[in-house]
Amino acid sequence: MEKINYAEIVHRCFRCGYCKFSSDYSAINCPSYAVYRFETYFSGGRMWLIRAWMNEELEWSEHFGEIMYSCSTCRNCVEHCVFKFNEQLVDVFISARSDMVEKGLVPKKVGEFFNNLAKFGNPWGYSGKRLEWVEKEYEGNEFLLHAGCVAAYDERGKVALKALVELLDAAGVDYGVFSDERCEGNEAMVMGEFGLFEHLMEENKRKFEERRVKRVLTPDPHSFNAFKNYYGVDVKHHTQLLWELVKNGELKLGRVEGKVTYHDPCFLGRWNGVYEEPRKILSRIASLYEMPRNRKNSFCCGGGSGNFYTDYLGGKESPARVRVREAGEVADILVTSCPACLMMFDNAVRDEGVELEVRDISEVMLEAMKS
Amino acid sequence: MVYEELKAIVGEEYVSKEPEELHIYSSDPGTMPATEPDYVVMPKTTEEVQKIVVVANKHKIPIVPMGGALALSGLVRPLKGGIVMDMKRMDSILEVNEKARYAVIEAGVTEGMLKAYLERNYPNLRLSTPDAPPIATVTANALIHGSGRLSQMYGFHSEMVTGMEVVLPTGEICRVGSCSISPYWFSRSPLPDLAGLFIGWFGRTGIVTKLGIKLFPKHRYRDVMIFVTENPSYVSDVIWRVAHTEMAEDITVWAQPRPEWAEGFQHTTIYITADSEEELKFKERIIRNALRDYIKQKEGGFLYLTPGMKATFLQEPMSQLVRFADVRKGGGFEYVGAILPVDLFDKAYRKGLEIVEKLGVDWAFSVRIIGRSHCMMFAYAYPFNRADDEDVEKARKALHETNLAVLEMGGIPWKAEEPAQQLILERMDEGAKILMKRVMDLLDPHGIMNPGNWEVK
Repeated sequence: MEKINYAEIVHRCFRCGYCKFSSDYSAINCPSYAVYRFETYFSGGRMWLIRAWMNEELEWSEHFGEIMYSCSTCRNCVEHCVFKFNEQLVDVFISARSDMVEKGLVPKKVGEFFNNLAKFGNPWGYSGKRLEWVEKEYEGNEFLLHAGCVAAYDERGKVALKALVELLDAAGVDYGVFSDERCEGNEAMVMGEFGLFEHLMEENKRKFEERRVKRVLTPDPHSFNAFKNYYGVDVKHHTQLLWELVKNGELKLGRVEGKVTYHDPCFLGRWNGVYEEPRKILSRIASLYEMPRNRKNSFCCGGGSGNFYTDYLGGKESPARVRVREAGEVADILVTSCPACLMMFDNAVRDEGVELEVRDISEVMLEAMKS
Repeated sequence: MVYEELKAIVGEEYVSKEPEELHIYSSDPGTMPATEPDYVVMPKTTEEVQKIVVVANKHKIPIVPMGGALALSGLVRPLKGGIVMDMKRMDSILEVNEKARYAVIEAGVTEGMLKAYLERNYPNLRLSTPDAPPIATVTANALIHGSGRLSQMYGFHSEMVTGMEVVLPTGEICRVGSCSISPYWFSRSPLPDLAGLFIGWFGRTGIVTKLGIKLFPKHRYRDVMIFVTENPSYVSDVIWRVAHTEMAEDITVWAQPRPEWAEGFQHTTIYITADSEEELKFKERIIRNALRDYIKQKEGGFLYLTPGMKATFLQEPMSQLVRFADVRKGGGFEYVGAILPVDLFDKAYRKGLEIVEKLGVDWAFSVRIIGRSHCMMFAYAYPFNRADDEDVEKARKALHETNLAVLEMGGIPWKAEEPAQQLILERMDEGAKILMKRVMDLLDPHGIMNPGNWEVK
């Protein structure tokens, strides 16, 4: 990850607000603006604030830091900004964060996140081997199954990971895990801790080389993003492999009851353009209903860029709670393919008290396989 | 003290006195210098607005109501500090009366959201949208006499207001228009038109919290034609002829030095709508016929539009327009929106060229016809590089000279910056000024409402 020279870009933002919306302007689609509603909390506001900080018109403060880190880097702004520098918007925020990190200026919760990641290899500071329960240790298999931090530690994420493992076993996929897996560092990277990201990447890459990893499979779009775009390794997201298995008849699936809807995780969809494979799977095994905001207009769960830990986008109108309400209007089951989204929605459903099941695509497929 | 009181009204999360919010709410994207508020507050209900007004009166602290903050002329900069009230949390569409074709909305409803709501729920209805970005609010746009896609047929957006709910500067809530005596928000007539006390005042006389706005039929087919001339003296006649056919929904004219193929030409863009292809072709034929003399004499012709060009021109709002801000890779532009009689087009055009040549500024002219050529909004737009103080100053100078030129021609700068408001007031009929002052003093005895604007000295 290279820092961009954002000084050449920040003043070019007109603060026109196109980036707040979905394509048809029907909804505020910037998660942090949707929560806070102050003009400071959307991409335009951030661009102007970064410029003011850069020009020493504003001093850094905890509040400034929180504004910067409440961006979940969902890339809705990149998608809807009408200017030619749209592709660089999120890079500007990441680079500004990186400058903050270098100056030792990060909000308290972000600092905790980095410290835990540096010391323990995960954001929560858990110790011990994280994937001991998966019986297959990697031994030169076709795929290294990389769980990612959330699937490895979050209870809900673990359940989904177990479903994936069962599916892989059923299809005879040759895979193994590193029981002492460490974070691949995607969040460190988007949160501007480039040094930590590079350290994690080097460490992982060295291990990949030592243990002759050929291909990586991951259920975590955040990990997928780092492996694909920064590690340069051959990586598949689980939805991609699972669709291949279904298409080739290597996984025989029945159908599941109820209406399902699919939430596009930002790091899978807008960051990496994977929209169709999950839908192909779901339309084969269930009745799929789209939420009004889907694909490039998907509304972020609010967990990206470390927000699943820092919780700057929490509260009664958190993106996750808004999203489960939306899902409840069209379906009985909200399906996603990201452990962070799964965790966010699982909590949101409990907080909202709505009748909606939240499931990873692997879990729905497993049920379809057993039906 | 004020902060605690505001917090008690709207909740801690919707009031701020942090430097970050004060910085962002101190300016809009135009050239006017920043002036910081003391607080930013975001009410959700009329009652909260009312309570905030009471607090402001108690402490004699200014309030500046704000919509999308996209006027570009700095109208929502708090010139004397105080509270900036961001209205965008009041974003409910309260009613759409399909048969009477009006909507009742809260003040923070954006152009984009109402447009999308109608498209989804009332596909036979539309509103007249400005070419501002979709975050502009319907209410603020109407209150500053905005114009848009249906203004050629139905006038300024302020003329489309059917009623309003207002919190007066002294805290009373009142309704004006038919909604003052009826559950229906169909009209401002036949009562005394009290809405005029709040339209065009830049928030000096009260805070509009709800608005009734006219909706119009949405037709199935829509097309665009561009008639090109190389002589600005023809344009007012071209407009007159097209408006006379009553076949055009919207008429705009644009001229700019870039891209190269556009330089030196005036482009009259004519939008037509219909419920059948046959009707569309008929309208197109009538318009072509109205301009046949120009074509015959080779003084003008219709531009061939590729499907891509058509799609750009038919987009609502045209996102292309805001990209003008990046012409100098500097994120800024501002314009003088001159309201002028249409027959002054030639003079206004040439005057504009004189100014840009003299000052060496980048430019684009864009004109929208209001009513059946009752007048036009002639926008002299100047881009600037925000990071270059000299460039900003040059644009500011061009704006000032344009304001002067417009007033000399007998026009009125629309949504004028505070210095331009003073230029207008200098020329205003004394009696009108006395009346304006009396209205403001009467409604706002403590002078708390957006002070510094429309300041009658």
